[in-house]
Amino acid sequence: MDLLTFLQQLINGLSLGSLYALIAIGYTLVYGILRLINFAHGDLLMVAAYVAVMGVGLFSWPWPAAFGLAVGLTGLMGVLLERGAYRPLRRAPRISLLISAIAASFLLENLALVIYGGRAKPFPVPEMFTGAFVWGGLFVPRLSLIIPLVTGALLAGLFLIIYRTAVGRAMRAIASDLATVSLMGIDVNRIIAFTFLLGSLLAGAGGLLWAMKYPQVNPFMGILPGLKAFIAAVLGGIGNVTGAVLGGLLLGFLEVMIVAFFPAWAGYRDAVAFTLLIVLLLLRPTGLLGEALGEEKL
Amino acid sequence: MLEVFDLQVSYGAIKALDGVSFSVPRGRIVTLLGANGSGKTTALRAITGLAAPGRGRIVFEGRELQGLPTHEIIRAGIALVPEGRRIFANLTVYDNLLLGAYFRRDQPALARDLDQIYDTFPRLATRRTQAAGTLSGGEQQMLAVGRALMSRPRLLLLDEPSLGLAPLLVKEVFHLITRLNQQGVTILLVEQNAAAALKIAHHGYVLSTGRVVLEGAGAELAAHPQLQPAYLGDEPEAEAPPFSS
Repeated sequence: MDLLTFLQQLINGLSLGSLYALIAIGYTLVYGILRLINFAHGDLLMVAAYVAVMGVGLFSWPWPAAFGLAVGLTGLMGVLLERGAYRPLRRAPRISLLISAIAASFLLENLALVIYGGRAKPFPVPEMFTGAFVWGGLFVPRLSLIIPLVTGALLAGLFLIIYRTAVGRAMRAIASDLATVSLMGIDVNRIIAFTFLLGSLLAGAGGLLWAMKYPQVNPFMGILPGLKAFIAAVLGGIGNVTGAVLGGLLLGFLEVMIVAFFPAWAGYRDAVAFTLLIVLLLLRPTGLLGEALGEEKL
Repeated sequence: MLEVFDLQVSYGAIKALDGVSFSVPRGRIVTLLGANGSGKTTALRAITGLAAPGRGRIVFEGRELQGLPTHEIIRAGIALVPEGRRIFANLTVYDNLLLGAYFRRDQPALARDLDQIYDTFPRLATRRTQAAGTLSGGEQQMLAVGRALMSRPRLLLLDEPSLGLAPLLVKEVFHLITRLNQQGVTILLVEQNAAAALKIAHHGYVLSTGRVVLEGAGAELAAHPQLQPAYLGDEPEAEAPPFSS
């Protein structure tokens, strides 16, 4: 493989990896505070995509308005999920929460199926996100540059919130010791809702970017990227925000490189991703940056 | 300042508190004594809303607390230094202290209070950027107290602050409690170390199997012939569940 092809694949890997990272954050944030795998998180991508399809396609809104509304409503949907499906079970055994998460995922998917039908709809990609740059032999779709840039900006904002604000401090305190946070005069429910809002807003943005990269919208479109992002979060060490970003990038690069180096394996890229997860977890059960889990955290 | 009437708290079928009444007058140090499982910690948990009373009233500065969520009780002017310290181990000392003041909006006064806590506990000042989990047991206890003080409580609840500390540090902690009290903080102290607690307390209550069995002024109670039997005579009984959500 020559340098040009490698560079080309690097850009593709960065773009796919950023998307995984963006979605993985939502898993890791929620896991960090509630020790819950929010299985409905991936379906939020689909929610964002459908809202945008309706806004741009059905109501002919300008895309910034439709996209903004899509991200906002997805954030709200995440908060609603927490309120309806998780908060009532806060004191229940963790397995009940998990089942509730799976149920919420099915609910969202089937709701979309009822409302929009099972046929995939084309996603109206705005003009500005189409096209490509050609430099020498290098072919770079514009979107492949926009995705990492948007992701970078959103992650910078997220890290600012987590590490530089009082709310972020409270989020980190909840991750450290949930039971003691209310003794600081902090309304734990509000912080948890805020955490869901953050993760879901990122999922909303991720859903729109995903839908522009693969412009087909259907009720089950969130499952695979959701699962992959979950893998990314576990790879990086679930509960660790930096780990989720690293895991996402790693998974994205690996998937792209495997297809590039072994074109015959292209059909097995998902199998490779999951095999990688198994191998890495055998070698390093806590993921790349994960801390060992004490019994109380399990 | 704090009045507790006929408080009853059950964990399942087990009555952890069975009709307990006591009061903490403003400016005083009051101590709750008793063996493991006598209900002392449960009393603090009920006051701070972490355990729901089945019966009884908790009145703080004329306001009924039972049924309020924990964060509102804290905002009303009460702080708890919980058993086992419960500092946020992954966060820095500075973060821990600021969390104690989370709901305060008076920035300048808050900064002054932070300086004052660093003055009182110089070891916290030198370690302000260190993860709290790397502190020694004694330093963690100081941090837990400092964190509680950052909310400027009018009533400070302390749950076994001497537990697991070296004798010299225990002395230091009790000295600190006295000093805080002299600065105007009312204190409700839960202790197993009855002798040490009664030395500094104005008034004490002895709990056994969820009831008050003895009460009196600090010195009077310390000399009470029944203190030891009542205090040690507990049979092993159900303990409160571990401090959890």
